[in-house]
Amino acid sequence: MMWVEEIETLPRSGLESIQLKRLQALVHRMYDKVAPYRAKMDAVGVKPGDIRSLADLRKLPFTTKDDLRDNYPFGLFATPMDDVIRVHASSGTTGKSTVVGYTQADIDLWASVMARCLTMAGVTKGDMVHNAYGYGLFTGGLGAHYGIEALGATVIPMSGGNSKRQVTIMRDFGSTVLLSTPSYALNLADAMVDAGVRTEELKLRVGIHGAEPWSMNMREEVERKLGIRAVDIYGLSEIIGPGVAMECLHSERGMHILEDNFLPEIIDPDTLEPLPYGETGELVFTTLTKEAFPLIRYRTKDISRLFLEPCGCGRTLIRMEKVMGRTDDMLIIRGVNVFPSQVEHVLMGIDGVEPHYQIEVTRDGSLDVMSVLVEVSENIFSDEIKVLENLTKKIQAEIKDMLGVTCKVKLVEPRSIQRSEGKAQRVIDRRTI
Amino acid sequence: MRVEQIAVFLENKSGRLAEITRILAENDINIRALSVADTADFGILRLIVDKVDLAKETLRAGGFTVGKTNVVAVEVPDRAGGLASVLEVVHEAGLNVEYMYAFVNRSGTNAVLIFRFDEMDKAIAMLQEKGFVLLTGQQICAL
Repeated sequence: MMWVEEIETLPRSGLESIQLKRLQALVHRMYDKVAPYRAKMDAVGVKPGDIRSLADLRKLPFTTKDDLRDNYPFGLFATPMDDVIRVHASSGTTGKSTVVGYTQADIDLWASVMARCLTMAGVTKGDMVHNAYGYGLFTGGLGAHYGIEALGATVIPMSGGNSKRQVTIMRDFGSTVLLSTPSYALNLADAMVDAGVRTEELKLRVGIHGAEPWSMNMREEVERKLGIRAVDIYGLSEIIGPGVAMECLHSERGMHILEDNFLPEIIDPDTLEPLPYGETGELVFTTLTKEAFPLIRYRTKDISRLFLEPCGCGRTLIRMEKVMGRTDDMLIIRGVNVFPSQVEHVLMGIDGVEPHYQIEVTRDGSLDVMSVLVEVSENIFSDEIKVLENLTKKIQAEIKDMLGVTCKVKLVEPRSIQRSEGKAQRVIDRRTI
Repeated sequence: MRVEQIAVFLENKSGRLAEITRILAENDINIRALSVADTADFGILRLIVDKVDLAKETLRAGGFTVGKTNVVAVEVPDRAGGLASVLEVVHEAGLNVEYMYAFVNRSGTNAVLIFRFDEMDKAIAMLQEKGFVLLTGQQICAL
């Protein structure tokens, strides 16, 4: 089943002509309305009229997270604030959030792309959809919510947390579809065991999981423990939130990108040159249809591959492979974006703490555990236990404050943190992805 | 009347204490008293040694985090009630003991109590006023 079949099964040429028309309009709009991007275009001598084919996309400058930060909070918005009806934000590299805005048309667009994604997973208006993505500044909860409503299914706006209650509601309301991060899905599976609820008592059929990297092994675990089919969804707040790409029930590999709205490229992160289909590189998106916060050639830092082979579902939309990693050092801990630089920022703000630290990520059952190892310098050392314990508590509290993630803080001896080529190795990720 | 004490940060992994004592032995440094305070994740080794500065230097060169703090050493008769008599004074004066440890000297007639108080000056004045014998670092090493 498809939500908008006429678009999703278009021959490539038809789709590309829609993309080009939208791209040209977008570039004109950005040049007129978004001064920082106009300056970027002027700097490389590109005018909106220079974009005559989709291949001309490569003439346009990239947009990066730094651009978003430099223009914090609303500097890259393309519409007056009067037309913006909602904002969302995600954590940024040095404490500044990445802020995104939506007009009414953007919210409608978001609902429709999300509805298209849900349809790919076989969700229909007859479904009871348990939405356990967090509601709030994070795009996950509300983004999925509006899509479920647009589809006409029943939404249970659970948000995250209180797993026991989630399990009870899932059973009593007869939830058929679960939306959550993959790690939270496993958490719910554990909560079911604790509550003595068996999968046969549930009506769950399919799980739609994203917002953090997960392995095929983890997928099998989710499917086995919850007795469901688990599929992958991709999105990021800068582009719109959830609803950028979605795995259909036929796809053996990869997610269909809703490329009539989000034009993908794969580039070499070093040379910044576009790579042909099938090659691995950094995923870049241009939002073709957004009003308040359009982006041209936004570098996601996600590593993936694009492929055009036709899919069993009949969609002609290009597919992207499951994200294989990041070009930067961003970590995703329980769905929250964490940059080592943020941890460093917190540590440097504490008197006497030297920037010798390491972040160790492990998985305890189904939950990510972040430990911050801090070398004990003579400045912070004390012969009294309580002084050192208060220090670890303080670091823990400030990291929680800044990142919203609870971590363990472990004091270690000086020079015990691995240094490679004179440079400290900041992150050790022991999770098996 | 203070005694210099060396404190060393100990990560909770095997062989660390052995490494510290090896360094001290190699440098001919004699340990007079010690205590280890431990938590789930780390420990603190506190040492009274005959060559404080050399111990600090060599341990630091060996990659350890080392601190030097002052403690009070009180000599009491080695019999029942010896420690109680000191703690009574401490309690009456409203002082807090951050930590303490003890050892018995070679002759076996006296015990030496090592204290770290929250208010060191006040504690020293109070103990001296009550007639307790406070030892210097040199005296401890000579025991």
